[in-house]
Amino acid sequence: MSTLLDIRNLSISLKLPDGTLHAVRDVSLSLDRGQSLGIVGESGSGKSLSALALMRLLPRGAECRPTRMAFDGQDLPAMPDAAFAHEIAGPRIGMIFQEPMTSLNPVYTIGRQMTEAAVARGMLSGSQARKKAIDLLDRVGIPDPAGRMSQYPHQMSGGQRQRVMIAMTLMLDPDLLIADEPTTALDVTVQAQILDLLDGLRRERQMGMILISHDLAVVAERTDHVAVMYAGEVIEQGAAAAVLRAPAHPYTQSLLQAIPTMGADPARLGAIPGTVPSLMHPPTGCIFAPRCGYRRPDCTSARPPVQQAGAVHDYRCVLSDPPTARPPAQPLAGHGVAGGEPVIAASHVTQLFQSRKGLFGPKREIRALDDVSLALRRGETLALIGESGSGKSTLARIMLGLALPTSGEVTMLGRPVAELTGTERASFVQPVFQDPYSSLNPRRRLAEIIARPLVLRGEGDSVSRARSVEQAMDLVRLPKRLLHTYPSQLSGGQRQRVAIARALVTRPEALVCDEPTSALDVSVQAQILNLLDELRAEMGLTCLFITHDMAVVHQIADRVAVMYQGRIVEEGNARDVLSRPANDYTQRLLAAAPRFDAMPEMEAAR
Amino acid sequence: MLRYIALRGLLALLVAFTVSLAAFLLLNVAADPAQAIAGEDATPDVVEAIRQRYGLDQPLWVRYGEWLGGVLQGDFGESYYWHKPVAELVADRADETITLALSALSVTILIAIPLGALAALNPNSWIDRVALGVAVSAQAVPNFWLGLIMIILFAVMIPIFPVSGDDTWKHFVLPAFVLGASSVPAVMRLTRTGLIEVMGADYVRTARAKGFRGWPLLRRHAMRNALLPVISVLAVQLGQKFGGSVITESIFAINGLGRLALESILGADIPTVQMLIFVFAIVFVVMNLLADILNAALDPRIRIG
Repeated sequence: MSTLLDIRNLSISLKLPDGTLHAVRDVSLSLDRGQSLGIVGESGSGKSLSALALMRLLPRGAECRPTRMAFDGQDLPAMPDAAFAHEIAGPRIGMIFQEPMTSLNPVYTIGRQMTEAAVARGMLSGSQARKKAIDLLDRVGIPDPAGRMSQYPHQMSGGQRQRVMIAMTLMLDPDLLIADEPTTALDVTVQAQILDLLDGLRRERQMGMILISHDLAVVAERTDHVAVMYAGEVIEQGAAAAVLRAPAHPYTQSLLQAIPTMGADPARLGAIPGTVPSLMHPPTGCIFAPRCGYRRPDCTSARPPVQQAGAVHDYRCVLSDPPTARPPAQPLAGHGVAGGEPVIAASHVTQLFQSRKGLFGPKREIRALDDVSLALRRGETLALIGESGSGKSTLARIMLGLALPTSGEVTMLGRPVAELTGTERASFVQPVFQDPYSSLNPRRRLAEIIARPLVLRGEGDSVSRARSVEQAMDLVRLPKRLLHTYPSQLSGGQRQRVAIARALVTRPEALVCDEPTSALDVSVQAQILNLLDELRAEMGLTCLFITHDMAVVHQIADRVAVMYQGRIVEEGNARDVLSRPANDYTQRLLAAAPRFDAMPEMEAAR
Repeated sequence: MLRYIALRGLLALLVAFTVSLAAFLLLNVAADPAQAIAGEDATPDVVEAIRQRYGLDQPLWVRYGEWLGGVLQGDFGESYYWHKPVAELVADRADETITLALSALSVTILIAIPLGALAALNPNSWIDRVALGVAVSAQAVPNFWLGLIMIILFAVMIPIFPVSGDDTWKHFVLPAFVLGASSVPAVMRLTRTGLIEVMGADYVRTARAKGFRGWPLLRRHAMRNALLPVISVLAVQLGQKFGGSVITESIFAINGLGRLALESILGADIPTVQMLIFVFAIVFVVMNLLADILNAALDPRIRIG
């Protein structure tokens, strides 16, 4: 089998106003014709930049220095830009991106965007290109492909747009397809379809593929080789089965333990302590050493050597024998509580939204919630799961008392929620939102942010407030030295802790968490999920947890309610619903969720 | 789409009549028109005679009603000063102003869009800085002053163009430049920011991944998106050119609507002022309507909701 892609010692640095960011350092990757390579890593690990460097799509001011970057034997850095754009970008290497909603030009038809590259290159005539485009749209599963050619991107759903992107890339028959987080923005059921499609097309066309993802489960299922990146370096790579089932590098091991899995009984997740080091001044030694549980003095003195863990499996670590001992799985602290009496109950709630198309358009009615009844019981964690647009956030707002439903009734502590004052509601239940980057006021210090609910309620004096703030920070394990920092100085995980501390400062009995971990990396998600578990044990918190991730439901929920198109289609004990789903939508959701279940070593270790 | 245009057209007409009502009230409240026509030294008898002759003794709402009734039949009344139908007067002078406004807009487009595009493609380069400098100075310089400077430079010191008048195309070069320059900053900046934003958009990255670079990339994937907001602004600017013609036409002695407006305001020639305001308002709303229609034609997200 011949080598299709050979990248050696790739380094990428970005000039920023306050210094040089060494975003990618000494990365070597190779791929054989027709094979697939997965690049996994958390945000900021340099996986996307490496792919963009290959396509010459790096942002202005980025400097890219490989010792070798060869595609099919051709030396890429030696090619002039025009020749590269004409011969390589498109016809040899195609790329699809994470954001299907914005990656197609909104003002041109699907047909024009699909055919233009082939026609402009003179590869096909207009009518040939049209025919090929229709065939490809049909192949990627777009219904009525001929009719779709004259439509515009905004007339399609996200999943359909990603299919169009894939078909468009295939118009030029590339030998290598780079898919950069192709399904991250999509719902799980759509994700599974798109990944199946990519896999099928790759085999059918003997195409090489690089699949970039933060999701190890996705990569484990779909690729031959895997490279694990951390803070700009490849710290481990090899055959997918070897790397993901018998990881040798401490980072990969920790990362796998941080992922909630559906197979066994839920246990505490193996969160990685600390944060990614600054890439302005990367350390001379091992990049992972500051967070590593196996750290030795020689880790920080020099860069560790590459070691062999198997025939096609190497890792960069001072330990010549991969560490095998894993910390014993600790049981969850607050799990498995049978709920008491209902504390918030929605009965027959219906929410209609009216919208108009433009200034004079006809009114349309959207039924966001359709006769929903749901009760949150004291002490339990109830997971509300559903795909985007299923109405779960709308239901959460109504149960919080932030919005009144069109019809139906919500009671909180046995009283209609409309009768409760804002202060009464707030002292019982507090929300935690999805995006810790936008839900905190960037101009206020942590002490002010966390104290805000107390100030709004006029509770206590400044001394007692300061004490409450410190207690809340203790609860979420935030060190006191951060009291006077701004949100911009914190990592994503720390910010979400601040949001939780702010919710807890008034000592509420219940939290409503709307996708609190979906904007976070898996290692940080593990920290937050563990924290919520501890808080349940310490405070007896009641929790309504909204998520789209089945594995997270398995990890934290006592009960689960499945939402689909504004209705609750299944509700019950989490364990029962996940193991024996009765509703076929729940079954589809479960089947689509990527999983590692067939990993005996992992399970044995737990 | 047709329904959309019809409704927008109706709205435009309503705006025009509202403007005319406001103008009518202001004109009649600000000063006594009969006194203004008669002159400062006129005796009360003369003023009273004029008041009766022109119907100025009627209540305001009756006079506006009469004016409106006339307009709906295409009759804008008779000029107090020229003693002929206002519509005829305006039609005679419209040519000059339309020529001036359109050529001024062309000057704006020809300077602002290429300059904005150059600045956007080389952000923070010397081209960008020069363009920014041009924009700031053009914004800071008052129109009448620029007009006088241009006359001194290119009509007196280097006599390439005539000082004033409206007989040949040469007469329109300096006024068109002066009137056009005032819109350059706004349009240039909008082109620059729009294009910078579009060049960083995901769909342009997609086009680059398909192998489009340079001019084809700009033409096929960035221009239309970046120019959508510019079109709306150009329409407003064209409307402003008609209003702005008052000063420019006076400086360059062009016998157009702007100068007519100035003369009739000074002479309290209410019917003429009324019609000119109405015409300028119509031009303004029609331009905005055209921009909306053009935007809808270029952007399917508006056209197909």
